[in-house]
Amino acid sequence: MNFPIDEIRKDFPILSRPVNGRPLVYFDNGATAQTPRQVVEAMDRVYYEYNSNIHRGIHTLSNLSTEAFEAAREKVRDFINAAESRQIIFTRGTTEAINLVAHSFGAAFMQPGDALVVSEMEHHSNIVPWQLLAERMQLELKVLPVLDNGELDLAALPALLDERTRLLAITHISNVLGTINPVKDIVALAHSKGVKVLIDGAQAIHHTKVDVAALDCDFYVFSGHKMYGPTGTGVLYGKVELLEAMPPWQGGGEMIQQVRFSGSTYNELPYKFEAGTPDYVGVVGLGAAVDYLQQLGMAEIAAYEKELFAYAVERLEGLGDLIFYGRAAQRGSLLSFLPEGIHPFDTGTLLDKMGIAVRTGHHCAQPLMDRFGIPGTVRASFGLYNTKSEVDALAEGLLKVRQLFA
Amino acid sequence: MTIEEREKEIVEEFSMLSDWMDRYSLLIELGNDLTDFEEEHRSNQNLIEGCQSKVWLYAWEKDGLIYFMADSDAIIVKGIVALLIRVLNGRTPDEILEAPLAFVDAIGLKEHLSPTRSNGLVAMIKQMRMYALAYKTKLAR
Repeated sequence: MNFPIDEIRKDFPILSRPVNGRPLVYFDNGATAQTPRQVVEAMDRVYYEYNSNIHRGIHTLSNLSTEAFEAAREKVRDFINAAESRQIIFTRGTTEAINLVAHSFGAAFMQPGDALVVSEMEHHSNIVPWQLLAERMQLELKVLPVLDNGELDLAALPALLDERTRLLAITHISNVLGTINPVKDIVALAHSKGVKVLIDGAQAIHHTKVDVAALDCDFYVFSGHKMYGPTGTGVLYGKVELLEAMPPWQGGGEMIQQVRFSGSTYNELPYKFEAGTPDYVGVVGLGAAVDYLQQLGMAEIAAYEKELFAYAVERLEGLGDLIFYGRAAQRGSLLSFLPEGIHPFDTGTLLDKMGIAVRTGHHCAQPLMDRFGIPGTVRASFGLYNTKSEVDALAEGLLKVRQLFA
Repeated sequence: MTIEEREKEIVEEFSMLSDWMDRYSLLIELGNDLTDFEEEHRSNQNLIEGCQSKVWLYAWEKDGLIYFMADSDAIIVKGIVALLIRVLNGRTPDEILEAPLAFVDAIGLKEHLSPTRSNGLVAMIKQMRMYALAYKTKLAR
């Protein structure tokens, strides 16, 4: 396999630092991924060489900055195979992108009495904005259940997509169970019932090739910091006819055409949804992250991670005393488990002492924890720079935790 | 034994253990030994919910001194809870309000008292002091 892991790891300086006197083993990629030099350097160059506000001035630096910002938009467009770059709206992250859609799609397309559907496995970020919208507009929020094995109960979906339902908001890959949802089929089914679909791609965009044209989804949202880009950046992709019909969310500079006290008119896409000075430095970093992923190749990354995941499943299942959550036929990128009789907080605390970073707790998915009747799990989530020997370190760490409790 | 002496005693116990594994082993032992929490007090009113773990705390007053009973679903948290109770149990409200609790730092467990750990411990100490303040006000009447 052409995946030079040793070279790749050198791109991430943080991976060579010790933690609590041990080499860092970073398995909290589901929360945030580490950032390669190439991304940091791209942002450094903005600050050191051409920092200036975008879309404003006629001066040279402003033009350079604007070009870099718009070039990043084009990179993202190409990365997810969107038809037009005006379909790419920069946000602060997945959460903000969902809030934007909740506000503006709701305002344009929903009436009191209408319904929305989310799944039981959603992150709070893909639940609460819809709850707020439902409260504001007197909508019904319906829930697609999750089966014991961590797959969506798709048999229950058609009945939920009734004539009152306007939108289905669903995750591409579960941040707790690792379930890879059949989003293409789900979109086709929803569309056959006249229901629009938003896909939360926060846990998918860096693991698999995302093609919004092939998915035919109406909205696709993701964050920069989980795809090896900077924090505070995110993307909303939307279909043009929907974005055109949706009113602006936040008001301010950049998003206007004309401002009069008698009333203002709004800029065209994508600027209509980008009020105020955007994080243009971060967006340039996000563009560099896209370049980084493209150079490695999404197919190569997916193949490498698939092998690593299979190894992790084998190694951790081999320990014998872990209870795993999420056994979907299609899953990957993370493992959620509980060592029998040991609290996730205790497990995470002791692993941290060994330099191993995992996430513990409810993973911002309390309804899913309630579904399985557990307070939380230990989650090891993998990135493109993780190795089998790190998986071994985790397995040995878990053995030590077990010894401490013996 | 004063609060300071009790804290010093704990620091000495832990200083004999150089390896982090031994220290956590002791904490786990202390946590496992804390079994006197009475189920009737396991109510939502006595629950301090952290993002990561839960702590239940109950307090009462006898002859001007304050006593605590506590539990947690995480053993490491429970071990630290046991140490806090050992230091603060049977003290006057003023002693509890003024207790430095520097031992937590001295035995290398300061990280667990960071608000970002959200394990309920910070809120628990605050609650212990609140109880002390409440009883102080009550006793002054």
